Amino acid sequence: MAKVTVDGIEVEVANGSTVLQAAEAAGVEIPRFCYHERLSVAGNCRMCLVEIEKMPPRPQASCALPVADGMVVHTDTEMVRKARRGVMEFLLINHPLDCPICDQGGECDLQDEAVSYGRDHSRYDEGKRAVAQPDWGPLVKTTMTRCIHCTRCVRFTSEVAGVPELGATSRGETTEIGTYVQKALSSELSGNIIDLCPVGALTSKPYAFTARPWELRKTDSVDVLDAVGANIRVDARGAEVLRILPRMNDDVNEEWLGDKSRFAVDGLKRRRLDRPWLRENGKLRAASWEEAFAAIAGRVKAVAPDRLGAIAGDQCDVESLLALKGFFTALGSENLDCRQDGAVFDASRRSFYLFNTTIAGIEDADALLIIGSNPRHEAPVLNARIRKRWLAGGFTAGVIGAEHDLTYPAAQVGFGPDAIAALLDGKHPFAETLSAAKTPMIILGAGVLARPDGAAIHAAAWQLALKYNMLNAEWHGFNLLHHAAARAGALDVGFLPGANGKTTAQMLNDGVDVLWLQGADELDVAAIGAKTFVIYQGHHGDAGAARADVILPGAAYTEKDGTYVNTEGRVQSGFMAVKAPGDAREDWRIIRALSAYLGHALPYDTLQELRAHLAANYPVFAADFHRFAGTDTVAPAGDAAAISSAAFVPVFENYYQTDAVSRASPTMAACVAAHAPAVAEAAE
Amino acid sequence: MNRLGRMAWGLVLWEILSGMALTLKTFFGPKATINYPYEKNPTSARFKGEHALRRYPNGEERCIACKLCEAVCPAQAITIEAEPRDDGSRRTTRYDIDMTKCIYCGLCEEACPVDAIVEGPNFEFATETREELLYDKAKLLDNGDRWEPELAKRLELDAPYR
Repeated sequence: MAKVTVDGIEVEVANGSTVLQAAEAAGVEIPRFCYHERLSVAGNCRMCLVEIEKMPPRPQASCALPVADGMVVHTDTEMVRKARRGVMEFLLINHPLDCPICDQGGECDLQDEAVSYGRDHSRYDEGKRAVAQPDWGPLVKTTMTRCIHCTRCVRFTSEVAGVPELGATSRGETTEIGTYVQKALSSELSGNIIDLCPVGALTSKPYAFTARPWELRKTDSVDVLDAVGANIRVDARGAEVLRILPRMNDDVNEEWLGDKSRFAVDGLKRRRLDRPWLRENGKLRAASWEEAFAAIAGRVKAVAPDRLGAIAGDQCDVESLLALKGFFTALGSENLDCRQDGAVFDASRRSFYLFNTTIAGIEDADALLIIGSNPRHEAPVLNARIRKRWLAGGFTAGVIGAEHDLTYPAAQVGFGPDAIAALLDGKHPFAETLSAAKTPMIILGAGVLARPDGAAIHAAAWQLALKYNMLNAEWHGFNLLHHAAARAGALDVGFLPGANGKTTAQMLNDGVDVLWLQGADELDVAAIGAKTFVIYQGHHGDAGAARADVILPGAAYTEKDGTYVNTEGRVQSGFMAVKAPGDAREDWRIIRALSAYLGHALPYDTLQELRAHLAANYPVFAADFHRFAGTDTVAPAGDAAAISSAAFVPVFENYYQTDAVSRASPTMAACVAAHAPAVAEAAE
Repeated sequence: MNRLGRMAWGLVLWEILSGMALTLKTFFGPKATINYPYEKNPTSARFKGEHALRRYPNGEERCIACKLCEAVCPAQAITIEAEPRDDGSRRTTRYDIDMTKCIYCGLCEEACPVDAIVEGPNFEFATETREELLYDKAKLLDNGDRWEPELAKRLELDAPYR
């Protein structure tokens, strides 16, 4: 530890910290443009100059200067102010000062610092530099004339995103940041460079000129477009959600957010179900809630309880799942399933279906085996964490499944379950890596469980974890990576078939007479029996709604207070940012109202009562989050003989359109068009 | 003076006579009133009257949808929505001023970086219905086109003090 005095405040910081970090520890803010906590140090903006006693009498760049014991730093002397004013003047020489038409206006670092260190007028009379605006695809809008060459975007794409597509060409005043050859950014994390850019050079293309930051109402929420549960901030104006930004949470998403989660927001305004619909003579017609409830009541009362079934979708909040489960239990039905992909596996213990190592825990692992998953598409932020671990060194990754560019090197261990068998026998070369590792981990893709032999592979993966010492008191290396945000929460509240209940596959093909789809769009609706009466409760007119006989309009994740459990089992709550459109209501309220209509009123009237009920019956929702210890080594059930030799296939062909919201989003459609033109042409 | 004398003096109606004398004097003197609407008082170049959105000489609208007027408006009378125009430039799709909310402080004019929104010399825009006072972009641009010579002159006169 080194003792440093910053502006008279004495702080102790770790050796090797920079002066800027020491100043932050002392609570002294130093202006910076190029420095960022999660990127390497570049030291090229020179805004963070400070004066240090007993050093050469010139300003020092604090972001790149390591502390020494007994250092005395001054951040607000006349010399420092003069130096920063000079730097600011140079930065503004080529900056166009077009703040009125710049989308960064109001949340711009350069604007803010110019208030402190800028002159009231310019002394520069010569012509300003102007550069072309390259096209970086449908997400990032470039105005490179505004660029101050901090290289944050270059460092982000090459370090965090692992897609080194950006770079600086030329030197000095003629420096330009670009992709060398014009192309769309191919990273799933490209939206983050918009947040990183301290000026308005990189702004959001779909959000262009839409709103100013001071107009927006900011609401904290949780992302549901993948199962990582990234913490987000929903920015809304009036009844419209305009953009989604990541919120800082070091345990989950650090400060990154995947492009789908960030940009699919315009899908929330399109194809919405804003009133109940009823199918009459084969056609859907607009109806009132009263009519919809009457139609449901007529059918539900006419069939035996064991002919009622419910399937939950991928974006449901825990509250609505609990309400639906309570409602079906009251009706006497056990036919509940949250696994609309048809997966059947042993979910009797939480550690069987969670990402037990935790996302932050990835940084403690030293070997990784990915089975049947492409985390880059299924959980881009989690993949960035794996890459961060790989960058730190001493880490080996292997993949069983289809080959993907994961942004870090990964040995291709195999393509199908036979590779798991080979590793269990210890015959495969990768077995040595796993045995040598102290904290190895397995990531099993949830897509694997949807195979007919899913349960068996689940058990085999657990055996692999046992064999390679991944389960012990200090470490739990068995991880299931979900891609459905609602899955872990639904399993936690036991939204599963009861003792005599039917699974998803059994409910399809006329297995039940009345089928309730709670936002379930990813199942094969053609497989639903022709005679089945389908009730769809959800927010988008997607596959499920098209097949439905009654549609109950629900709320999307930005429109309700909801609790979600991410793939690590972390319970997180989001708040309502805007009201649901039209007659749509919060999902649990709809179920509560219908339960009273049918004479089985659920025992809660408010969200608080519902949450109290949830916490009382399912203690995980009341407990603090902690990492599991791998002490309980009893394996999940699974018949090893059932394993087939078919290779693992990717869950998502296409990262950008995986759910009802992103399929309704024009921005996501533009991404698909930009990244898969070859595929589109071939299809034509 | 005794009581009887005061009564006799009262019958003379001296106060009335002196008042009428003043009336007569003003009747023939110069008049302070003007024959509105045929005559109007001069207004300052900084007079804050009805709003207008101006255009450049080539017909391009000046407003760039920076929303500074909307932000600065103390009465929150201005509503702006914007999106990229087909040529990629930043333009408003909606520019509304609620003239019933407006307090004619002129801050919108002060905030405008391109002299697009201005308060013109016109103060005669009374309407029969309240709705007519909810100005939209077309109305404001129309005002601009109508008053442009005066608006330009006023800005020119005020320029040395800005």
